[in-house]
Amino acid sequence: MFSQIASEWPDFATYYNMLFLAQAAGTTLALSALGVVLGSLLGLALAVTRTTRGRLLAPLRTLAFTFTEIFRRVPFLVTLMLAFFVFQMFFADTSLFVVAAVTTTLIAAAFLSEIIRGGLNSVHPNQWEAAAAMNFSLLQTIRHVVLPQAWRIILPPAFGFFVLFIKDTALASQIGVVELTYAGKVLNNKGFSPALAFGAILIIYFLISYPLARLGAALEARLASSRHHRS
Amino acid sequence: MHHLDITALEARYGAHTVLSGINLSVGRGDVIGLIGPSGSGKSTILRVLMGLLPPGSGSIKLDGVAVNYANAREVRRLRDRIAIVFQQYNLFQNMTVLQNVTITPIKIKKRPKAEVEEEAKALLAKVGLADKFNSYPDQLSGGQQQRVAIARALALRPEILLLDEVTAALDPELVSEVLDSIRLLAKEGMTMMIVSHEMGFIREVASRVVFMASGKIVEEGPAAQIFDAPTQARTQDFVSKILRH
Repeated sequence: MFSQIASEWPDFATYYNMLFLAQAAGTTLALSALGVVLGSLLGLALAVTRTTRGRLLAPLRTLAFTFTEIFRRVPFLVTLMLAFFVFQMFFADTSLFVVAAVTTTLIAAAFLSEIIRGGLNSVHPNQWEAAAAMNFSLLQTIRHVVLPQAWRIILPPAFGFFVLFIKDTALASQIGVVELTYAGKVLNNKGFSPALAFGAILIIYFLISYPLARLGAALEARLASSRHHRS
Repeated sequence: MHHLDITALEARYGAHTVLSGINLSVGRGDVIGLIGPSGSGKSTILRVLMGLLPPGSGSIKLDGVAVNYANAREVRRLRDRIAIVFQQYNLFQNMTVLQNVTITPIKIKKRPKAEVEEEAKALLAKVGLADKFNSYPDQLSGGQQQRVAIARALALRPEILLLDEVTAALDPELVSEVLDSIRLLAKEGMTMMIVSHEMGFIREVASRVVFMASGKIVEEGPAAQIFDAPTQARTQDFVSKILRH
């Protein structure tokens, strides 16, 4: 296998192929980043909505609950296909990348909202009560009191999810988005051996995913040490 | 006119009535001691006053004006005037001592930071914690945490301070440092409602003692009357039990 890869390598390592891979990696990175950033924001909004009480916001709560439960249960690929056909029907000239980005955002939001909600719920009720007694609004309570305490609970599973999520963006290849997995298939079809084509893809996935995991670990360590004394 | 007037107040947790027919008046500078067996509704009165539990019926008037607890804005205005200290301190765990005291005046009341911090440091010094500004709550003893909580409540500049069993969660040797702080406030004329099982302390600082049982006020009067010459059988029973040990 290695001798075969070595013999293919000069043809493989051309400027055009490298550019193609770099662009595909950029697409994977962009899909992941959009999903993670927009998904986190939307997920936070969903989680906060679900912590509210009172009848006035009950419809919003139901909406947030339904959204979360549906998108966590439907397979990524099915959501992607659904989004693809909905866009085809109503906004036919939308780019495939946008369709994929919307889908990844929806799914990331659903999963992250549950992770964030778990974090918010882990903060002792007496913290909420003290904030309420001092006239904190819901958002002020979340921002100043609850989130700073919930990070430590939220970060480990959130980064675990991010790492899984980067791999899941591969499914965007199914609707024709030229991201890493799609690029692997193209190179394979061009005649390069699967070991070389997908081996290269594997390494790039690793290069994207590993620093993210390290970042997660570093953040966790920092949060732990900022609470110094308790060991 | 009384500062605070509670009339025919009722409250329930679900189907369970926890307060019924409470009538209580508090004047400026009064220190009301609320005593009674567990589950008698003492703490519930404070929770209802703070808007943490909606009243079922009856009225609560501040300076003669009835508070509508269903109206969020009125509750906010009320919480600008009344502060509470909880049994479990409820300090914000993610903030230092100083931040705990200053966050509400700065972020919620939008007062100037420098002025608030100066005042907060003075309040912390007053409760004997001048050297703990930068500590986190979990680095402090329970008694120290509770004194921070008192400073935090005072930083809100309340007209009335509610103290909900503030020494009940403390180790016995830490109780007196907290009581000293409260004693100081009483001397300064702070209007307070104190729920406590520290009978000796209540007897000393309370201008009026209210004995409650089963969600009702059984008897109220000067400390000497309640502790030495109670007129109601239930009060006599309660007082004789607590004095026996």
